[in-house]
Amino acid sequence: MPSEPTAKVVDLPVRGRGAGDSSGRAAASDVIIDIRNLGLTFQTADAPVVALSNINLTIRAGEFVSLIGPSGCGKTTLMRIVADLEQPTEGAVSVNGVSPREARLKRAYGYIFQAAALYPWRNVQRNVELPHEIMGVPKEEREAKAKRYLELVGLKDFEKKFPWQLSGGMQQRVSLARALSFDPQLLLMDEPFGALDEITRDRMNEELLQIWEKTRKTVIFVTHSIDEAVLLSTRIVVMSARPGRIIDVIESTLPPKRTLETREMPAAIELAHRVRQGLKAGHSYD
Amino acid sequence: MNAGLGILSPKGRVLPILTIVAIIVLLWYAFAVLLNYNRVSEQLAGVNPEYSIGDLLRGTWSMERPVLPAPDQIAVDLWNSTAELRVTSKRSLLYHAYITASATLVGFAFGSLLGILLAAGIVHVRTLDRSLMPWIIASQTIPILAIAPMIIVILASVGVTGLVPKAIISMYLCFFPVTIGMVKGLRSPDPQQMDLMRTYNASQWQIFWMLRVPASIPFLFASLKVAVAISLVGAIVGELPTGAEGGLGSRMLAGSYYGQMVQIWSALVLAAILGMAMVYSIAGIEWATLRRTGGRA
Repeated sequence: MPSEPTAKVVDLPVRGRGAGDSSGRAAASDVIIDIRNLGLTFQTADAPVVALSNINLTIRAGEFVSLIGPSGCGKTTLMRIVADLEQPTEGAVSVNGVSPREARLKRAYGYIFQAAALYPWRNVQRNVELPHEIMGVPKEEREAKAKRYLELVGLKDFEKKFPWQLSGGMQQRVSLARALSFDPQLLLMDEPFGALDEITRDRMNEELLQIWEKTRKTVIFVTHSIDEAVLLSTRIVVMSARPGRIIDVIESTLPPKRTLETREMPAAIELAHRVRQGLKAGHSYD
Repeated sequence: MNAGLGILSPKGRVLPILTIVAIIVLLWYAFAVLLNYNRVSEQLAGVNPEYSIGDLLRGTWSMERPVLPAPDQIAVDLWNSTAELRVTSKRSLLYHAYITASATLVGFAFGSLLGILLAAGIVHVRTLDRSLMPWIIASQTIPILAIAPMIIVILASVGVTGLVPKAIISMYLCFFPVTIGMVKGLRSPDPQQMDLMRTYNASQWQIFWMLRVPASIPFLFASLKVAVAISLVGAIVGELPTGAEGGLGSRMLAGSYYGQMVQIWSALVLAAILGMAMVYSIAGIEWATLRRTGGRA
C-alpha cells in the first residue's frame, strides 16, 4: 500500500484504461462486467450450500482481473455465472450491459478451461476452426484465422498434429488460440495453467503477458497461484471459502511492462504479501 | 529372412494361433475316436474279432456317418463343396453362404440404422429415455429361437419369403448392442467439451454432429462388431425353419435330417469363417476411420 501512489503515476499513461484508473475517470460505458449483491446457494440433499454470498465487483474494459482463493471458494463458479454456465440465486450480473445469457448468445466471450478441452478427433487447425464452423464462417476465412492465431501462440507448423501428440502446455496454447481467434472482447480463463508444471507455466505466463499487451482484452483469470496473480493482473480479487465471498480487492502497483523478473521487484513482493494476508484472513473464519 | 522368423517368434501372432489350432485338432481327433468307438468296434468285431488299434483309429476317423467327423473329413468335404463346384450350383456351400451373408448384411444395415436412431432419440428426449429403454431390454429377453419361426410363418402367410424375414430376425437381434453402445457413446463427451459448445451458443444439431457423433465413433465400432456377429446368428436361425430355400442354416438342418454330420460341420465352419470375415472387415474400417481422425491405432 505505501508504494501505491508512485506506481500509479507510472501506470496511468501507458495502461490507459487499465486498473490504475479506478479513480472514477473511466466512463460508465467502459464497464464490461457489473456484479451486484450476487449470491448462489446450491440445494443439496441434506442442507443448502452457500457457494457465493454478497459478491460486488465491477470490471472495466482492458482490465486483467485475477480471482484468487482456496479451492471451494467459488471463484470458478463466479466466472461460470458471468459465462452463463451457472445461474445465480440472488443479485444481478451484467456483461457488456446485457444479461450473461444475452452476452453468451452474442458470443461475447472466449472461455478457456482448466483442461484444454480440445476435441481429440480434430487436428490442431480444425480445433481452432471449431467456433468459426459453428458461427458459419466460410472455409477459407476460418482457415486463415486459425493459421494466424496458431502462429500468435507459437504453434506454427503444428496445424496438422492431433491433440494427443502435443504436450499439456501446447494443448493449452491451442485452447488459447481457439478463444482468441474469434476476437471476443472478454476472455474468461479458468485456472488455464493449473495443470502445468512450473517451468511451462512461467513460459505460458510470459506469453500471455505479451498477447495481452498486444490485444488489451478484458481478462478474468481464476488461479490459486499467488505468483501468477501478482505477475499478470492489474487487479487481484482475493476470495475466501464457505461461503465464497470477496475478502480484498488489490490494485496492482507494478509497471505495465512486465517480465518474469517483475515478480522479484519489491512492489511485487509487497503485493504477494498482501494477497497472502487476505487469504490468511479468509481462512481464520473457519 | 528376419521378417519370416519374426512372424514365427513367440512375440508374433502366428505362432500362438497355430499352437491353439494344433491343440484343438489333436483333441478333436481324440474325441472322434471316443465318440465313434462304439459303432466302429461293433463293425470291426463282426468282421474280425482280433482287430488292431490301427484298424480302430482308421475306422473312427473315416466313418461314412460319424457321430463326430475327423477334421480332415470336414476339410475334404469343405473343399469338395466349395472349390470343386460351380458357385451357382445349389450344392455349392459358397452359394449357400452367399444367401446367408446377404440376409445378414441387409439385417445388419437396417438394424444398425435403427439402433443409431433409437440411441439419438433416447439421448435427446427424456421421455424416450424413460419409456423406450425397458422395452428395448425386454425385447432381448425373448429367446430368438422361439420368435424366429413365428416371424417366418407370419410373413410367409402374407406372401413375404426369402431374404426379408431372415433380415428382420437379424435386425431384431443386432439393433440392441448398437443402441446400448451408441447411447453410451453419444453421452460420452465430458462436461467441459459440452460447456465449450454452450459458450459458442451452438445449436443442438451442431452439438450432435460436431461433438456427440464424433465422440461416439469408438463406441459405434465396438457395437457394430457385436452386432454383425449376432446378425449372422439371426440369419442362420431364420433359415432353420425354411430348409428348402437354401442358406447355411438350411444346410445344417438338412444335414441333421439325413444324419450327415460332415455336412453340418462344414456348414458350421464356413459360417464361422464368414462371421470372422465380417467382424474383421468392420475392424478394418474402424482402423482406417480412427487413423484419419487422430486415433493412436
